[in-house]
Amino acid sequence: MSTYYHRAVQDIRDNGFLSSVTIITIALSILIVSAFALFFTNANNVMNYWEKGVKIMAYLKPGTSQKNLHDIKRNIQEIYGVQDVNFISKEEAFKKLKKQMKRQSSILMNLNENPLPDAFEIRMTTSSQRSEKVEEIATKIESMPLIEDIEYGQKWLEQFTNIFDLFRLAGYTIGGIFFIATVFIMANTIRLAIYMRREEIEIMRLVGASEKFIKGPFYIESIIQGTLGGMGGIVALFITFKLISSTVENSFKYELLDIKFLSPEFYCGIILCSIFVGWLGCYISLKQFLKT
Amino acid sequence: MVDGKDKSSIIQMFHVHKYYGSKKALVDITLNVSKNEFIFISGPSGAGKSTLLRLLYLGEPVSEGQILVDGMNLSRISGKKIHFLRRKFGIIFQDYKLIPTKTVFDNVALVLEASGKKRKFIEKKVRSVLRTVGIEQKINALPPSLSGGEQQRAAVARAVVGIPRIILADEPTGSLDSDSADIILNLLKNFHAHGGTVIVATHDKELIRKAGGRILHLKQGYLHFPG
Ligand SMILES: Nc1ncnc2c1ncn2[C@@H]1O[C@H](COP(=O)(O)OP(=O)(O)O)[C@@H](O)[C@H]1O
Ligand SMILES: [Mg+2]
Repeated sequence: MSTYYHRAVQDIRDNGFLSSVTIITIALSILIVSAFALFFTNANNVMNYWEKGVKIMAYLKPGTSQKNLHDIKRNIQEIYGVQDVNFISKEEAFKKLKKQMKRQSSILMNLNENPLPDAFEIRMTTSSQRSEKVEEIATKIESMPLIEDIEYGQKWLEQFTNIFDLFRLAGYTIGGIFFIATVFIMANTIRLAIYMRREEIEIMRLVGASEKFIKGPFYIESIIQGTLGGMGGIVALFITFKLISSTVENSFKYELLDIKFLSPEFYCGIILCSIFVGWLGCYISLKQFLKT
Repeated sequence: MVDGKDKSSIIQMFHVHKYYGSKKALVDITLNVSKNEFIFISGPSGAGKSTLLRLLYLGEPVSEGQILVDGMNLSRISGKKIHFLRRKFGIIFQDYKLIPTKTVFDNVALVLEASGKKRKFIEKKVRSVLRTVGIEQKINALPPSLSGGEQQRAAVARAVVGIPRIILADEPTGSLDSDSADIILNLLKNFHAHGGTVIVATHDKELIRKAGGRILHLKQGYLHFPG
């Protein structure tokens, strides 16, 4: 095994150019596939965040009394599908607004009076976070006395989910295509390597080398190339990600988006995939070319 | 003796034919080679000498007939087992067949690596064999940078390093000056003196005269036993 490894490393060195081309090709494919994966996991996170954030804001008429507040809260809580109801006083809302607007808060300072109403923030149970359900609940709340206005934004979200599903499907397809393409590229590279070394392989056979002895280094070579290519692709993605996310974070001051890199499990999985691609490409071309 | 039980015989060919399309390269060859024989296969160019050697190490299959080598029936050897047959031979090819991108050391070491020998042993053994054939100073050279005689000696070193049962040599002195040819002949004789079996295909009458040994004559694919 160690002599196989030794020979594989020497072969990679001897065929430096071809090896680099192979590794770069794998790295680029991995970069493209994992960039898709990165985009979709983040988009997914944002979607989940928004879905969790499906809520109805019910604004109260000014001057609603404490006692009425309690009654309204109880009434809302009794509606089927409502998970919890949170009172947000106009003072609280004002403070939050000021915090969100940091630099421009001087505008608010100049106001003599808090223009915001008291409100209830209503969250739905998971099973009720669908547009008909939300609409139904919203209508019920709107018809209650002392409610001035309600606000919810489920409709466009639902449409967005459909589009997103479509994107996700496209992402899987493209990922699959790149996977297959990489296997073929790998197979072809190995085939080229075998072709360039057909004389050497023939000589090895003539002096009594077993098939295992001949094929072993090719497998190790492909696995090394798969590993390096996979890691190269992930590192390239990480650098790109850092560059982009720092610019994005600079332009979104209020942390509306929380973009994350792929989880360690995920990118280790991608590297494993890349190793598998190396192995598979090697297997295919050896199967074709080294028939006895 | 056609039953293959003769303990002293190492190669047996029974009614072997080899055709290339309609071309008959070898016709009805029956031959017995004993252990520790030194045999010359002579004959003009195109007589079938190289073809006969190729059949022995399964470079190609026979068209008809049977061959036994050291107890192995060649028609029963699958592609996965063929290296066991090849390890019985040390082959000196007419065109040397050295790997041009590997050093002399690596070319010779390949035989021992392929049979799973330890790194340390390989290092020592290859050095000593290269010293015997007299090209120790070329140990790290690539074959294309060597002279014809040096390449031939590297090829001999590779053929003997694994201590095979049989050496097959195809025109081993073909393009060499007579000094280099003598060195090669002495190396083969040395291998023979240590109990090895040697089969040399050559049209070099001078070599046969110098060496002595059993002579088989091939002509247009037919084997003639002299006398
Ligand atoms: N691979 C081959 N395909 C077709 N004909 C061949 C092949 N190898 C050898 N021959 C023919 O078989 C005959 C014997 O060739 P060979 O064994 O090389 O002769 P020698 O080594 O005695 O010069 C020649 O006529 C040659 O043309
Ligand atoms: Mg010949």
